[in-house]
Amino acid sequence: MDARLGLRKLVDYPFQVLSWVDDDGYPVSVAVQARFDLAAGTASFETPTGLSLPAERDLSLTGSHIRPRPGYGYDERRHVTVWGRLLGPPAAGGEVALRAVRAWGWDEEEMPFVEYSERGLPQSRRYFAGLSEQFGRRVGPRLGRGWLFFRATRLPFLSATFVPVLLGIAIAAKDGYFDPFAALLTIVGGAAVHLGLNVANDVFDVEADEANVTPTRFSGGSRVIQYGLVGRRQMARLSLGFYLLAAAIGLFLLATRYSPALLIIGALGMFVSFAYTAPPFRLVYRGLGEICVALGFGPLMLLGAYVVQTRGAITPEAVVVSIPVAILVALILYVNEIPDRSGDEAAGKRTLPVRWPRDLVVNVYLAAAILAFAVVVLGVLVGWLPIPALLALAALPLVPRIYAGLQRYYDQPYGLMAFLGVNVQLHLFVGALLLIAYVLAIALTALVPGAPVFFG
Amino acid sequence: MDWLPTEVRELLEAALVAELTVVNERGSPVTYPLIPLYDDGRIYMTSSVLFSKKLEHLKRDAHVCVSVTDPVATGGRSDRATIQGEARVLEDDPHTTWERVLPIWRAKEPAIDLFYKQRFGLPLFFERSLIEIIPRRALYWADGGSQSAPSVSVAPEIPPEAG
Repeated sequence: MDARLGLRKLVDYPFQVLSWVDDDGYPVSVAVQARFDLAAGTASFETPTGLSLPAERDLSLTGSHIRPRPGYGYDERRHVTVWGRLLGPPAAGGEVALRAVRAWGWDEEEMPFVEYSERGLPQSRRYFAGLSEQFGRRVGPRLGRGWLFFRATRLPFLSATFVPVLLGIAIAAKDGYFDPFAALLTIVGGAAVHLGLNVANDVFDVEADEANVTPTRFSGGSRVIQYGLVGRRQMARLSLGFYLLAAAIGLFLLATRYSPALLIIGALGMFVSFAYTAPPFRLVYRGLGEICVALGFGPLMLLGAYVVQTRGAITPEAVVVSIPVAILVALILYVNEIPDRSGDEAAGKRTLPVRWPRDLVVNVYLAAAILAFAVVVLGVLVGWLPIPALLALAALPLVPRIYAGLQRYYDQPYGLMAFLGVNVQLHLFVGALLLIAYVLAIALTALVPGAPVFFG
Repeated sequence: MDWLPTEVRELLEAALVAELTVVNERGSPVTYPLIPLYDDGRIYMTSSVLFSKKLEHLKRDAHVCVSVTDPVATGGRSDRATIQGEARVLEDDPHTTWERVLPIWRAKEPAIDLFYKQRFGLPLFFERSLIEIIPRRALYWADGGSQSAPSVSVAPEIPPEAG
């Protein structure tokens, strides 16, 4: 921080803590009331009684602020320190002036704590390396195995897999096909591809994740590699393990289904998942991330699950249902990329929010979200989707909330975080409501034969 | 040995935040606002590895001072104190060593439990070193103003002329 900026900030504190190192080598600190000459870059204060200030050594003035919150602790943390030397010899009882030469500080309003912490990563690595040398053994951060797995795989994002897979199974069940064992295998296989992708993303995205100092819990990247919790090779092995599991399940399903459609969907799914961040394709770096995610977590997952049940048959209904799911899951990535865009750009990851101006990004979000709901309404009106699918409209009010959040907090990663969460909910709620719609359609057909489930 | 004057101890126990000042490699003071935790004659503070520069400073030079100056952080008290002493860093296991002060930390900042339960979210924040400060000399300003001379107390084992 520039020394004059430090002085300007120091003015706002009701008192300052003057510190120096005494002749015995101990630091001394005492509260003073400084007066500032910002033009001259100096701070003046009365010499503390009974203490001698050094004429030839550095002194510092620190301002520190918190707001106590009983029962919680405190917040509104900020502090600033300005260093300098006295302009003249300190006289007992007289006023002395310090010329500011450098400054340092932090204000959590200007830099949220998470970002401040992320900027401390290089320091933590150096410190752990020093400790390892000091103790003659590896000293590093750790987490319990369960939490580490949870974090490294980004397990909560599996909802993006469960929504299309369960919908595919539900549509097939409505059409009269239901094999519970195959359904279970499809869910496990889909989850394995997804987790393989998540972990591979960490392996191939090290540079972008490294450059991102404003990660949110929705960011691309679990940061376990950056934090030194897991090595890159371990993550690569974990990813490979998930892909092998998915491939084994896929081969088993293929062997029992004999479906060319399943072969194409499975092969395409594995390719898109891997090519998403892996070289030489690195599709997300080319602005194709949203399309990959839409394709993978929309039609491919949903139709894959559907085809496993029907042993190869595909209906327009399954394709139409996959469209809003695809759009909304792509919007999860799209919005999550907004706070990550500086780090992504620095690493050459040209996502859409990196390429496009703010207004276009926000307006495209709104248009795409509305399109997702329009497809549902149109699908019902045309008679492709069951009438209860209109239940999905219950999630529509979330769209203007997210849109307003994007407009307001576009440049504030941690202000945006709550809206990133609502955006994930939007996909989940629409998926869950469509699922409920299909369960209702199945129940209605079974309980009231001939009941109108579709228009037309 | 708990030789600190009662008023100084009370200030340390009341303060949500104090200033730890250490000496950097250039011999200059560096001040960090931290929560002071007072226990059985020692002052404890903790530092995450993310912000471990201070630990490097005080491993190089153990001389430190802890000042309690902010009336807002001490529930409106107007008196102030500065305690000089030597610090050592306890960090056999940065994952757990510091947890011994968690009960007194919790008493000042109950919210720490919320964060601690979600340590997987901020894993490096909870990789911490424990700073133990042995007080050698205490300066106390009853009226808080630096225009009056502080009353000075010195640890019994250190002769006053050496303090």
